[in-house]
Amino acid sequence: MRNTVKIIIFVIFFFIIGVFYISLTRETNYNTSSLINKEVPQFKIAYFDKNGFYTKQDLIKNNYTLINFWASWCGPCRIEHPILMKLSAENNLKILGINFKDKKELAGKFLKDLGNPYSFLLKDIEGKQSVSFGIYGIPESLLINNENIIIKKFVGPLSLDNYKEIKEMIN
Amino acid sequence: MKLKLLFIFFILYTQSSFGIEKTINPNTIHKNLRCLVCQGQSISDSNSDFAQTIKLVVKDLIDEGKTEDEIYSFMSDKYGEWIVFKPQLNPQNSLLWILPYIALIFGGFIIFTLVKKRQ
Repeated sequence: MRNTVKIIIFVIFFFIIGVFYISLTRETNYNTSSLINKEVPQFKIAYFDKNGFYTKQDLIKNNYTLINFWASWCGPCRIEHPILMKLSAENNLKILGINFKDKKELAGKFLKDLGNPYSFLLKDIEGKQSVSFGIYGIPESLLINNENIIIKKFVGPLSLDNYKEIKEMIN
Repeated sequence: MKLKLLFIFFILYTQSSFGIEKTINPNTIHKNLRCLVCQGQSISDSNSDFAQTIKLVVKDLIDEGKTEDEIYSFMSDKYGEWIVFKPQLNPQNSLLWILPYIALIFGGFIIFTLVKKRQ
C-alpha cells in the first residue's frame, strides 16, 4: 500500500512539473500558422474609388497577389511604402491594397504624396472584412498564389528582407 | 376545457423554449474572446480598435444565425485557438477536459478504500 501511495505521489509530482513545463515553454503570442496553406476566404470588398466589388474569384487572374492592409493614419505603413513601391515593379505580382478604417481624402493624399503601388485598391471602412483574413493590426500583408492559397503572411511593416523573400517566392 | 388549457400551455412553453435557444448574448461571447492586442483583457473589457471590430463581426455572425460554438470556431479558424479563453473540446485538449473527472473518480476511490480499510 505504501509503495502504491509513493508511486501515486511521484506520478502526480511529475505530471504537475510536466504541465508547468509545457505551459511555460508554449508560444502564446499570436502567430499566423493557422492561415498558411489555407485557401483565401470568400470575400466581396468595395473598390476604393469606383463602383463595384473585388471578389475572391478575381484573384485567380493574377499569378501572385500581395494583399496589403494599410491606412493613412498608420505610421508603420509609411515605413513599408517604399518596399511596396519596389514590389509594384514586379511583373509576376499584383498588389491588392485594402484601405483600413480610413478617410477617403486622407488615403488619397497619402497615395498622391508617396506613390500608388496598388494594382487594385479597395476599402474596408468598418474593418470587418479584415477579420476574415485574420488581421489584428495594420500593416499586414498576405501573399497568395494563383490557386488562391495563402503562402505567407507578414505581420507589421514589410522590410527589405521581406522584399527579397517575396521576390524569391514569386520568381 | 382542460385539454384546451393544456394545449395553450404546451404552445407557450415550446415557443418560450425555442425563444431561449435562439437568443445569444453577445457579451457572453465577448467575454470568452481574448483581445490579441491587449494584456490579458477580453474583447468585452477592451476598447481597442481590434476589440471594436471583433464586436461588430460577432454581431453580424449572430444576425446571420450562427451559434455560439460556430462563432468561436470561426474566430479560432482566423486567429488560432488562442483567441478563445475557454479551451475547445478536441483531441489536443481532451486531457484538460477529462483529467478532472479522472482525478475525481480516482480520489473518490482512494478515500473509499481508506475508509473501508479503517472500518
